[in-house]
Amino acid sequence: MIVKRIIPCLDVKEGKVVKGTNFVGLRELGDPVAMAQNYSKAGADEIIFLDISATNEGRNTMVDIVKETAREVFVPFTVGGGVRNIDDVTRLLQAGADKVGINSAAVHHPALITEGANRFGSQCIVVAIDAKKFADGWHVMINGGSKDSGLDALEWAREVEKRGAGEILLTSVDTDGVKQGFDLALTQAVVNAVRIPVIASGGVGQPEHFPEVFKKTDVSAGLAASIFHENTFSVAEVKAKCKEQGVNIREA
Amino acid sequence: MIAIVDYGMGNTASVKTALQRLGYEVAITDNPAVLEQASHIILPGVGSFQAAVEEIEKRNLKNVLIKLANEKPLLGICLGMQLLFTTGYENGITQGLDLIPGDIEKIETPYLLPHIGWNALHVHQEESTFATFQDQHVYFVHTYAANTDDTYVVATAEYGPEVTAIVKKGKIYGIQFHPEKSGEVGQRILQAFLKGVEQ
Repeated sequence: MIVKRIIPCLDVKEGKVVKGTNFVGLRELGDPVAMAQNYSKAGADEIIFLDISATNEGRNTMVDIVKETAREVFVPFTVGGGVRNIDDVTRLLQAGADKVGINSAAVHHPALITEGANRFGSQCIVVAIDAKKFADGWHVMINGGSKDSGLDALEWAREVEKRGAGEILLTSVDTDGVKQGFDLALTQAVVNAVRIPVIASGGVGQPEHFPEVFKKTDVSAGLAASIFHENTFSVAEVKAKCKEQGVNIREA
Repeated sequence: MIAIVDYGMGNTASVKTALQRLGYEVAITDNPAVLEQASHIILPGVGSFQAAVEEIEKRNLKNVLIKLANEKPLLGICLGMQLLFTTGYENGITQGLDLIPGDIEKIETPYLLPHIGWNALHVHQEESTFATFQDQHVYFVHTYAANTDDTYVVATAEYGPEVTAIVKKGKIYGIQFHPEKSGEVGQRILQAFLKGVEQ
């Protein structure tokens, strides 16, 4: 039977992996390709690069990183961040990415999802949804989680599925950075709303948070960034914890 | 030299690098003369069955591939594996290369489709080159799968029903998952094919 996936995410700015996305004075952590290779060796089932470059030069560097990763890393990898149009999607897939993540651009131009799925297949198109809880339910947040789009997150999840998204990368703006575990209520609500795989993101502070989300929701995969980057915990430790608690994982 | 058939359908680059890493010389080509010289032929592919058959026919490769399959080891990967069979039912009914008897039909499962992710291999042929991969996880991305005679089924993966994962008929091999994306295990599976059927 198919296993639950553990996915480390690397935030890349101007060609370097950085810690955190929202802080001034980002700390450089290293070379993205080398870090992706290490994660792959430690048992990562997939890798996600999030490009937070502010310049065109930085985005071009990302394409080179994708090319090198495709040569060096033998697990699937996704690239997201700053994907604005079909040319960006094409460029990243042709450079060797297995999937492309689309976030704010999908909200502004939902046709981009359909266009990408028709041209390259749904399996390549991951729609990233950043959600935040309001009195009337979860709203879709854009511009790095800072702006309320006014869209209902569950309705939007159904809409992106209908438009051809192959997966949803779901980040809870409420739990992101808090390190107290995934947003279980949001995760299960989105999983129930669609028939495509959902990747939960935001809130991991301990290896235990992975088995928790896998046992308490039907999510397909879990993503974390900081606990892996800072070598606080390894992918192998997370997998050991999942296995101990009876979660079906891949032993690499 | 190993030839990867280039017919405009999918990720030939990652298959190429995986083979190069194993130390083989690799050509990506649609030139029949180059295919003739190869020790092994690899038919990759991502996309729909019907579109792939059109691309192969457009390049006059159908008869070339059928002829070469009788002469040297051939490995179809993902959609390339599906093309080895008689008939595909994705976007209408399309005739495949008919190198292995069987049909490509949508997976009937209570689970989510596409079947995306890492799944464990169940190897049914104990004497096979692939026997050492029993219960190893490999990376799948597909919605359609091969229905064929058990004689040809080397391995399956459970996704509701047992889904065909590796097939073999003489020197013709097919792998439904992506060995080039299946980490260390995937590399060893490619190696097993190349070593197992070296000319």
